Amino acid sequence: MMPSTHDWINCPLGVVEGMFAASQNNPNSGWEAKAVEFFKNQLKEKDAHTWVPSLNDVPLHYLKPNSLVKFRCFIQDMFDPEFFMGVYETVDPSTKAKVLRCGKYKDVTECGVDFNSSNTVTAERQTFYCVPIPGENPWVKESYASTSQARVVPSTSYAPTRQKRSYEEDDDDMDTQPQKQREPHAGPQSPTEHHGNGDCKRQETEAPSNQTASASHLDLNFPLPGEKGPSCLVKVYEDWESFKLNDLLEVYGILSVNPALSALADEKDTSSSIQDPTECMETAEEQRVHSPPASLVPRLHMLYARPLPHNNPLLPCTTVEDNSAFLSSSLSEMASVRAELLAYFTHILLGDALAAEYLILHLISNVYTRRDVLPLGKFTLNLSGCPTAASYTERFYQIIQQLVPSSYYLGMSLQNMNQMRLVPKKDYVANRLVSGALQLARNTSLFLDETQLEQGQLDTTGVRNVTALGNLISWQKVDYDFNYHQMEFPCNINVLIVSEGRSLLPSDCQIHLQSQVTAPQLEEYLSSIHMHPQSSSQLNKFRIYLCMARQLDYNISDEMTKSVEEDFVDMRKDDPQSVSAEDLHRMLVVARLLSLSLGQTSLSRDSWLRAKHIDMLRRSRMEQHKCVNGNEP
Amino acid sequence: MDSAGKSSPILGCYWSKVPRENNVTGSFAPDLQQLVRTHKRRYLGNNVFPNIDSRWPQTRTELQPSHPSEGPTSPPSQRRKGQDSSNGDLMPMPTSPATDMLSPAAPQDTSLFSSPRPSVPPNEVDMSSPLMYGTPSSRVEGTPRSGVRGTPARQRPDLGSPSTDGAVASEPNAGQRLVIWGTDVNVGTCKEKFQRFLQRFIDPTSKEDENAGLDLNEPLYMQKLEEISVVGDPVLSVNCLHVQSFDAELYRQLICYPQLLRRLPTDIDQLITISGMVIRTSQLIPEMQEAFFQCQVCAYSTRVEVDRGRIAEPAVCRHCNTTHSLALVHNRSVFSDKQMIKIQESPEDMPAGQTPHTTVVYGHNDLVDKVQPGDRINITGIYRAVPMRVSPIQSSVKSVYKTHIDAIHFRKTDEKRLHGLDEDAEQKLFTEDRVQTLKELAAKPDVYERLSSALAPSIYEHEDIKKGILLQLFGGSRKDFSQTGRGNFRAEVNILLCGDPGTSKSQLLQYVFNLVPRGQYTSGKGSSAVGLTAYVMKDPETRQLVLQTGALVLSDNGICCIDEFDKMSDSTRSVLHEVMEQQTLSIAKAGIICQLNARTAVLAAANPIESQWNPKKTTIENIQLPHTLLSRFDLIFLMLDPQDEAYDRRLAHHLVSLYYQSEEQMEEEFLDMAVLRDYIAYARTYINPRLSEEASQALIEAYVDMRKIGSGRGMVSAYPRQLESLIRLAEAHAKVRFSEKVETIDVEEAKRLHREALKQSATDPRTGFVDISILTTGMSATARKRKEEVAQALKKLIQAKGKTPCHEIPAAAR
Repeated sequence: MMPSTHDWINCPLGVVEGMFAASQNNPNSGWEAKAVEFFKNQLKEKDAHTWVPSLNDVPLHYLKPNSLVKFRCFIQDMFDPEFFMGVYETVDPSTKAKVLRCGKYKDVTECGVDFNSSNTVTAERQTFYCVPIPGENPWVKESYASTSQARVVPSTSYAPTRQKRSYEEDDDDMDTQPQKQREPHAGPQSPTEHHGNGDCKRQETEAPSNQTASASHLDLNFPLPGEKGPSCLVKVYEDWESFKLNDLLEVYGILSVNPALSALADEKDTSSSIQDPTECMETAEEQRVHSPPASLVPRLHMLYARPLPHNNPLLPCTTVEDNSAFLSSSLSEMASVRAELLAYFTHILLGDALAAEYLILHLISNVYTRRDVLPLGKFTLNLSGCPTAASYTERFYQIIQQLVPSSYYLGMSLQNMNQMRLVPKKDYVANRLVSGALQLARNTSLFLDETQLEQGQLDTTGVRNVTALGNLISWQKVDYDFNYHQMEFPCNINVLIVSEGRSLLPSDCQIHLQSQVTAPQLEEYLSSIHMHPQSSSQLNKFRIYLCMARQLDYNISDEMTKSVEEDFVDMRKDDPQSVSAEDLHRMLVVARLLSLSLGQTSLSRDSWLRAKHIDMLRRSRMEQHKCVNGNEP
Repeated sequence: MDSAGKSSPILGCYWSKVPRENNVTGSFAPDLQQLVRTHKRRYLGNNVFPNIDSRWPQTRTELQPSHPSEGPTSPPSQRRKGQDSSNGDLMPMPTSPATDMLSPAAPQDTSLFSSPRPSVPPNEVDMSSPLMYGTPSSRVEGTPRSGVRGTPARQRPDLGSPSTDGAVASEPNAGQRLVIWGTDVNVGTCKEKFQRFLQRFIDPTSKEDENAGLDLNEPLYMQKLEEISVVGDPVLSVNCLHVQSFDAELYRQLICYPQLLRRLPTDIDQLITISGMVIRTSQLIPEMQEAFFQCQVCAYSTRVEVDRGRIAEPAVCRHCNTTHSLALVHNRSVFSDKQMIKIQESPEDMPAGQTPHTTVVYGHNDLVDKVQPGDRINITGIYRAVPMRVSPIQSSVKSVYKTHIDAIHFRKTDEKRLHGLDEDAEQKLFTEDRVQTLKELAAKPDVYERLSSALAPSIYEHEDIKKGILLQLFGGSRKDFSQTGRGNFRAEVNILLCGDPGTSKSQLLQYVFNLVPRGQYTSGKGSSAVGLTAYVMKDPETRQLVLQTGALVLSDNGICCIDEFDKMSDSTRSVLHEVMEQQTLSIAKAGIICQLNARTAVLAAANPIESQWNPKKTTIENIQLPHTLLSRFDLIFLMLDPQDEAYDRRLAHHLVSLYYQSEEQMEEEFLDMAVLRDYIAYARTYINPRLSEEASQALIEAYVDMRKIGSGRGMVSAYPRQLESLIRLAEAHAKVRFSEKVETIDVEEAKRLHREALKQSATDPRTGFVDISILTTGMSATARKRKEEVAQALKKLIQAKGKTPCHEIPAAAR
């Protein structure tokens, strides 16, 4: 008998326990695998996953404890594995009847555990500390929220208990006014539901104050400053070796907010005298970090996790293979979208079409593989010659922000460089990895604004930060600081440096902006950029385009290989100094990105020539600039 | 942590510690005899070490009177004696084990017993050790569970678990037939086995350095015991591999015992050895073992053992029957030392992309303060898991166990690094299969070429440079001439790469840095002398001055990669002089004067001063480095753009294929990085080639030849340093072949490589000859000659001109 939809979302533990009970007669039933399989199958059904409420959009206090929820998140830290009672026996104090219970997917056992039962099974699980995807842009959040709420409508069939009602109300709320979901609700409602609505309002106002109060003494350890959102302790039951730090996941799991978990810390102090002294051995900080109040950091017992190849809500979130139908249908459109995007960027980049071309290439770049230490496919762009007037760089960033799923603006001011924590560092007292701004998810756009740099001295932290940025750009890795040693974490971050002169950081490619706008007109021009509203359908087209181009496969035919080789030899023949191995490296990357940007999955003669051509243009521009500006290296 | 190797736990048996005066005075004085057993009770575990355990109490009771230091001043022992006598029902115990122990005619044993020194009957074990969950049988009195005592064997189990309804399989009062509770492990047999092991075990694989001064043909542990009896060390360390090789069954019992009651994940309550790094140690925690109560009315005193972290305060005085009259007297209670130590997985054993796990370790008594944060250690201990109660009032329980390790033995893996080479730290454990694969690889005739092409496959060609770096990775053999006063000979090969920018020098450095386990990567631009050597700073926690080591010291036994060597300041570079030849680093800072080992191979990269290599200038002129430093490099390579068409074509092909070939295709072509890493580690650890007769002859000839080349033109073309370089390179090449002997082919290759490097870097651009003096003196012989000639000519000119008062010219010529 299959449990109905609402059972598996509302009461997943019931499903698990049912399977556990059924397996008792049959020791080799493998019920655990079956349970996981069951949820996987349920979620596979069309749109089933959108019925599951998401921790990202629904405030925690609206969610029903022990229900199935999903969470789109980023693994920020991995805690130690823990042992728990997988199966245990309870004794009823009055009847002395013993019952076997399942401890999986739960934090707290039932009353009356028999510790000496021979039926106890100890199992192991791993805890990940997960935060929302760092730097995820508002349009992504909104878009995910809107797709999810549209289908939560069937939830009206919930039994009308108070708690559920408020949640359900919230859903209705979002249904009608997605953009206002955080605001107190004022829409017309039927009078019968008015009570629930008021309740909801009250909770809404309470929640934020709660959050700030507790957050003040509990650092949620978000990689980027100023981030908001729930963080979560995800308990992983199987296959945790396959997850890596900084992975993007969509976790489906059972929400646990048992107050007993958070009560732990408070009761410790009062009852420590009669408690086992070893249990108090953890420092207060460690306690706080590893068992934070469940109301603030809920626990999520993972049933199923889907690794996210990207966090673009407009694209189906499956692997490339499953996606091929979608991809091939849009491939034909890519060239036209590219032209539109190019025009748009040219406009933004003060009429410089070449820079716009390079910007597109940069935005679709991706480290697709590594050859020993060498990351291939990275394309760090240094856009020099940016006007400092009229906060051009900030506006520029805002536009990028509208187009990519996650991004971060790092103003390279002296203060930021000297004070910010870029590299994650292990805090051994609290036993956690204190995050830094460079702990970013795959394909995050990091926007380095060097125009903010002023004269002054970098201190030790500053030097370290600049070195870290340099390493990130050159090797696409960040050396996390573990105090006694460093540990290298490979990353895949698109770094865009805007600067006046040549950047002090290394880059794969530098292009000097040639403004078609004269200085006096600049102010006016810039304000008009903002006045140039893109229709949302067009923005969406761009968003899809950028993500898709990145996902395409690419190859070079033997023929093209030969022809590229010939070309290289010829170029060297004319002037060996002009083209080095490094230049060839870059041109190959440019050719790759250029082909992909046009929706071509293999290198064509045309693309190669075009790549050569734009690289030549770029270089001649640099030569030119060098002559004008003698002190440039 | 669970995956930690259990292959060779080192087990420390604890001997009964001599009660010293200072131990029995203060209130913190731990009663070393009894210690942690109460603490034990909390553990799920019914614990380990049946074999050692059961017999100790008896021997100890016999011994007590013989301790001269134990007198009336020693409350713990006094008390014990008193209790012993009050425990009539336990008396059978001392008898049977005593006969046991002495049975197989062990003269040493008896002699030790009779010695007035507390010394070490081999079977006496300190109850304080956490592994000794067995309480001294005499001490059960007064605990609530005293009802179950009667059979000595049952006293352990009740410590392990609060339940007493378990399967008790022991047979009362039959020493020989005693079994460990819950198992069929026979105490008597175990004892005999262990005794036999101690008395007869001769280590077949013993190395001299490990057991200096011991006769290898005599039973190892008996000798150690004698040593211990002299030193008064409370611990005998037993290598469990020895136990295993001697008696596999005993070993199994030692490791696995017991696994009853619960089906626990594999390692819980077993003896495990894990390696890791200490990241934090707590302060010393005095843990109460026994509370001392005194009646306020009649001054009657009583003792209560701590039971699962609690003290059951007696409500009624047994003497005067007053209720609630008993008060705790702190300074007469018994405490034990305890320390929490946090360890973290070693970075080397980490899977990529994960964060290291940490584990809590408890050290007791002598293990307190044995390790410091930052130490790399191997810990042998018992892995424990304890259920966590949400609170004593609530009956629901957090379903998570707390885990920790009760340490029995610490072994520092980096302890010896300050003084000498630590073979163990280097000793990666290779599986049989792996060794087999490596040996097969070594047997291939083209292994040298294979390995060198596997090195940084993404970098094109530069075969000789890769070969040079390969030899650097293997290094020469270490020779010690300190007896004759010359100190250690450098075994590391230093390499300098110079050349045009953009010739993937940095990439090569990065690759090497990623390949070797103890590599450091610094850039000359960003590093200061202190960053390279060591600096003194105040530890924020302890507020003590501590020496923080820099890149060169950190890469001891590894490779220090220095990029942008030319951009380094002179003062920083001068530090390298000592490191690169003497392999040490002398520091005199803030009252700390010391010499640290820095046996590091230096791989440096330098750019030419004019950003482009000027072929018309010498190496020195191109990179502007002092010749004193340059002469310390064994090999100096130029990485230049060859600028010929065939090369370009191959380069282009290589690069293009880099961009489109799939991962698998690349793997097929090249050796896996992991194999290469293992290969190098294996060779570095196990292969130590010596020069053969022919090889020495070949070396001599090579050196003489090199000298001859120069002498023909009136210049010196080789110095002893070059000979040393040749020897190192030849040895390294022999290591590549896994050969214990340096043979002529090794010398040939060393000569070839050395010549190649010289050809590149020491060629006089004016004459086209190789001239070593460019590197050793900074000026080529022809340049010097020309200088002299100019001076001569000018002199002549001046003299010919007669007495012209032209003084400027000679001055300029000089």
